[in-house]
Amino acid sequence: MISLSQVCKRYPGGYDALKNISFTMQPGEVVAVTGHSGAGKSTLLKLIAAIERPTRGSIIVNGQNTSSLRPAAVPYLRRNFGLVFQDHKLLFERTVFENVLLPLQITGFERKESAKRVRAALDKVGLLDKEKMFPITLSGGEQQRLCIARAIVNRPAILLADEPTGNLDTAYASDIMQLFKSFNQVGVTVIIASHDEAMLMRLNPRLLKLNRGELAP
Amino acid sequence: MKNWLSQHAQTLWLALKRLRQNPFASLLNISVIGIALSLPGGLYVLLNNLESLSRQVSGEPQISLFLSMQAASAEVSQIHARLKSHPGVRNFQFVPRDQALRELQKAAGIADVVQSLTQNPLPDAFIIHAKDSSADALQRLRDEFRSWPNTAHVQLDSLWAQRLEALLRLGKIVILLLAILLSFALVAVTFNTIRLQILTHREEIEVAKLIGATHRFIRRPFLYIGALQGLAGGVVAWAVVAVSIQVLNIGIADLTRLYTTNFQLNQPNTSDSVSLMLFSAWLGWLGAWMSVSRHLHQIEPR
Repeated sequence: MISLSQVCKRYPGGYDALKNISFTMQPGEVVAVTGHSGAGKSTLLKLIAAIERPTRGSIIVNGQNTSSLRPAAVPYLRRNFGLVFQDHKLLFERTVFENVLLPLQITGFERKESAKRVRAALDKVGLLDKEKMFPITLSGGEQQRLCIARAIVNRPAILLADEPTGNLDTAYASDIMQLFKSFNQVGVTVIIASHDEAMLMRLNPRLLKLNRGELAP
Repeated sequence: MKNWLSQHAQTLWLALKRLRQNPFASLLNISVIGIALSLPGGLYVLLNNLESLSRQVSGEPQISLFLSMQAASAEVSQIHARLKSHPGVRNFQFVPRDQALRELQKAAGIADVVQSLTQNPLPDAFIIHAKDSSADALQRLRDEFRSWPNTAHVQLDSLWAQRLEALLRLGKIVILLLAILLSFALVAVTFNTIRLQILTHREEIEVAKLIGATHRFIRRPFLYIGALQGLAGGVVAWAVVAVSIQVLNIGIADLTRLYTTNFQLNQPNTSDSVSLMLFSAWLGWLGAWMSVSRHLHQIEPR
């Protein structure tokens, strides 16, 4: 489903973020990408979601090579993913409900069905009673859960999470991990990047350790 | 189809919301657009009024064909036949010289002068109405009649109306130039507004792109904002013209009373009004489209 072969990413200025990465993921797998900060975890996730293009090598997602993708095809590739960000990337002038609605509006989902799906997603992350509130009034953990609700509302086959528990305390963080576990149980492929290896181990993941841009054995 | 409509309805709603978010800026933009368009729009309406006035006053253009004094009745009937079979002539009227003299005698003040004449100085004449009453066609007919034998003089009676027409044409060119210039200004205004809108919604655009929004989806609300602003500007322009004409008519009423004539400026007709508004909306859309094409691809998520 996702396969990288000999992927290198060099940023302008000559900094090598990733060197010669190869691995293949099967549907339904949980992969944890770990490593110190600056090891290339975020870059790896960005390459998979076609936010960045590899300098060398190829990345195949659902049979599509992301580096040879036309710009107009990129949005459709991204719809395969649910993206969870460390900084949430919520829209603060929209309500909780409208934030989760956005992916469905983008795909042109029918309106009544959309509302149902949004409420189901909010229910899943425990924010159903806050749908009319604005994200600014939510706590950090709630904002992260809102971000997750937005990522899953389209029922994507793959969840990509970059440091989803980065600035949360342990109780909140284990809540979030529990959520990811439940998604995986219904067949969603999960890729989580985090420096917190102990937290990741709760998911029984396949571990990908990055060290200065290289895959550790 | 229903889904597609509902998507556009949602975008329309979003565009209205964004215009309302900065009511002062939106109103200023709309006023600028409206005032800029009301200038060529108003001049156009005035010119249209002048045109219909000139048509009213000049009536139907006609050609007077005067025969030479020596023309015998056989030659007159020859010209009669020629006119009858001429494809460019709609109808004509023969005015014999005796009748012309009688009519002249009826005119006040010169009866004495006419009576003192020893012979009739007037020639036989034809008054001709052409099928095609455009200036070109009339001139061609006049030149043709001049070359016929036994014609002393051929005159276009509506020469002054043609001059006015030419003057109005010139006015139309001036309006066109003005409209082109101001349209450009309008596009520029919208371009800039949309640029600011894009910058304010930068974050939203980034997130939407991350979630898999197509260019078309991201572009749509901005195009709507441009078109709506243009449409509102068009309505303002129309209102400025309508009110101005109303005010002018009050002044004209005083003037025409003094001249004991009856003349009122007409308001722009429905199709012109609708055209003005749609044209303005289109210009707004165009400005937004240019701005979006220029600025949207600069925003890429990192």
